[in-house]
Amino acid sequence: MAVIEIKNVAKRFGNYQALSDINLTIEDQEFMVLLGASGCGKSTLLRIIAGLETASEGEVWIGGKRIDHLPPKDRGIAMVFQNYAVFPHLTVFENIGFGLRMQKLPNDEVTRRVTRVAELMHIDALLKRYSGELSGGQRQRVAVARALAMEPDVILMDEPLSNLDALLRMEMRAELKGVLAESNTTAIYVTHDQVEAMSMADRISVMHQGKIVQAASPIEVYRNPAAEFVAGFIGNPPMNFLTATPAGTGQWQVAGLALDGPQSGAETLNFAIRPEDLRLSEMGMQAKVKIVEPLGAHLLVTCEVDGTLFRAVLDSDLAVKRGDTLTLTPQPDRIRWFDPVSTRAVA
Amino acid sequence: MNARFLPYVLIAPVTLFLCLFFLYPFVLVAKQAFSTGAGFTMDNFRDVVSYWKFPISMKNTLLLAAAVVPVQLALALLMATMVNKMKRGRDLVLYVWTIPLGISDLAAGIIWLAIFEQSGFLNSMMHGLGLIDRPVNFLSYQHPGVVFLAIALAEIWRATAIMLVILVAGIGLIPKEYYEAAEVFGASPWKRFTRITLPLLRPSLQTALVLRVILAFEVFAVVAALGGTLFPVLMGETYAYQFDLLNGGAAAAMALIILAISIGFTLIILRLLRVPKGATI
Ligand SMILES: Nc1ncnc2c1ncn2[C@@H]1O[C@H](COP(=O)(O)OP(=O)(O)O)[C@@H](O)[C@H]1O
Ligand SMILES: [Mg+2]
Repeated sequence: MAVIEIKNVAKRFGNYQALSDINLTIEDQEFMVLLGASGCGKSTLLRIIAGLETASEGEVWIGGKRIDHLPPKDRGIAMVFQNYAVFPHLTVFENIGFGLRMQKLPNDEVTRRVTRVAELMHIDALLKRYSGELSGGQRQRVAVARALAMEPDVILMDEPLSNLDALLRMEMRAELKGVLAESNTTAIYVTHDQVEAMSMADRISVMHQGKIVQAASPIEVYRNPAAEFVAGFIGNPPMNFLTATPAGTGQWQVAGLALDGPQSGAETLNFAIRPEDLRLSEMGMQAKVKIVEPLGAHLLVTCEVDGTLFRAVLDSDLAVKRGDTLTLTPQPDRIRWFDPVSTRAVA
Repeated sequence: MNARFLPYVLIAPVTLFLCLFFLYPFVLVAKQAFSTGAGFTMDNFRDVVSYWKFPISMKNTLLLAAAVVPVQLALALLMATMVNKMKRGRDLVLYVWTIPLGISDLAAGIIWLAIFEQSGFLNSMMHGLGLIDRPVNFLSYQHPGVVFLAIALAEIWRATAIMLVILVAGIGLIPKEYYEAAEVFGASPWKRFTRITLPLLRPSLQTALVLRVILAFEVFAVVAALGGTLFPVLMGETYAYQFDLLNGGAAAAMALIILAISIGFTLIILRLLRVPKGATI
C-alpha cells in the first residue's frame, strides 16, 4: 500500500516562491500526472517527494509514514530522469542493477531481476552495451528498467518522454502505461504535454504558478475545468472565452445571445465554450471568419465574435471561406462560466 | 587551398618548432649517451648504473614519488570535491590554493628550508614552547627521516595544485543528474564518490597522474635546497655528472634513464585508468 499524501507543502528559493499550498493525496497504484507549463514547479514538487529537494514547509507521507526527513533511498521510491541519467561508464546490465547492488543483493538475485525487467522493456539484447552505444529510445528504456528493477512502491518520472521524437513518444506512452499498470506501483508522472497527460493519467493535477489548480480525472479536467487557467490550457485548441452581462436572474447576454446561466450577483461573468461544442444554426452569435484550416477530419475555423478571437471546429464538408459570416450556437450543456475576479468556475 | 592539406599546413609551424628545439636536441643527447668518442657503446650506461650512488638515488626518487604522489592525489581529490560543492567564494579559494604553483621549485625549497633549518621557524617555535633546550639541526645526517619528511612536505605543498586544477575542471564536467540518480538508487556519499566520481573522472585522473609522476621523477631543486648531498636523487646525480664531473655522456645516459622510467610509468597509468571499450566518458 503506497498512498502518497502531500500536506501543505511550500518551497521557496531565496525570495522566489516556487510552490505554495500544495495539498494532494495520490491513491495506491494510481497514475497521477502533474501537468503544467514550463517553470510552474512540477519538477520541484517531484524532487521534494523524491528527497532531492527539501520543502520549506509541509509534510510528505508515503504508505502512512512521514518520509520528508528521510534520505531518498529510504522512501521506497525510484525515479526516471528527464535526461535519463544512464551512467556512461556502466553497461546496461550494471545500470539496471545499480540500485540492487547498492542494496547488496546477492548476485543471482540481481541477475534474475535485471533479466526480468530487461525482457519487460525489450532491452534484453542490449545488456552488455554501454549507454554511448544506445539510441535515445533505448536509453529511455534502460532508465525505466532501472527504476522497475527496484520494485519500488512509487515510481517518479520527470518528463521521461520529452527527449524522444513524436512517433517514439506515442509508442512509449502506451507501453509505459501498460508496464506500470502491470507493476502495481503508484506513479507520479511530470509532463508539460497535455496529450500525454490525457492519455496516460488516472488523474491529472494541473499546476500553475506553484499551485495545484485542479486535480481530477482527465475527462473531468477537460469537461469541467475548475478555473479559467485550466480551460485555457487544456484542449487543442483551448476553450473560447467571451464576456457575459446579466440579463435577469439566471440569464446572461453573450454576444447578442441570451443564455441560461448561473444565478450570480456578479457584474460580469466569463462565458466559455470548447470549439467542438459549437453548431451552425439560424440564430446565434455572429462570427466573422478570419482563417480556415482544413484538418482532414474537420475544419478549424478562426473567427471574430464581439471583437474577440473565437475558434470553432466544424464539419469538413462545409464550404466556409475567409470573410464569411457564420451564425454559431453553443451546445447548452457544454457551456462553462467563470468569475472574472476569482477566475474560478461558477456553477 | 585544398581542404585535405589545410590541417597539415596549419600544424606545420608547431611541428617544425618541436623538431628544431625538441627532437633535434633529443637526438643529440641520445647520440651523446650512446658514445664515448668512438662509435656506439653502452659504456656510459654501464658506468652510471654501476656507480655506488645510483641505487640510492634511484631508491630515493621512487620512494619520494611513492610517498608524495598518492598523498597529493588524495588531497587534490578532496580539495576538488570541496571546491565543486562551493556556491560562493569558489574562485577565491582556488586562487589561494594554487598560489604555490606560481613559486619556482627552488624558492619553494628555500621557504621550507627557512622552516626546518637550525635557526628556522620550527626551532624557534619548539624552543618558545619549551620543547627543546637549544636549536636542533633537523636537516642533518642524524635525522634522515626528518630530511625525507621535509622534502615530501615541500613537494606536496608545491605541486598538489597542478593536480587540483585538472581535477576541478574534470569534476565540474560531470552532470549533476548522475549524482541524483545514484542518490535515489541508494548510493551513500562515499559510494557516489567511488562509483560515479572516480570512474567518470578517469580521463582527468590520467592527465593529472601522468603529469605529476613525470614531475616527481624530475624532482631536483627542492631536494637540493633541503637535502643537499644527504638525499641523492636521479636528477641531482644527472646535474652532478654534467656540471661537477663534466661528464656529458654520463649525464645524457642518466637523462635517458629518467625518460625511460617516466615513459614506463605513463604507460602503466594509462593502462590502469583506461576507459572500457565502448563506454563514452
Ligand atoms: N535550485 C533552484 N534555485 C532557484 N530557483 C529554482 C531552483 N530550482 C527551480 N527553481 C525555480 O523554480 C521554478 C520551478 O521550477 P521547476 O520545478 O523546475 O519547473 P518545471 O519543472 O515545472 O518546469 C522555476 O522558476 C525555476 O527557475
Ligand atoms: Mg521540469
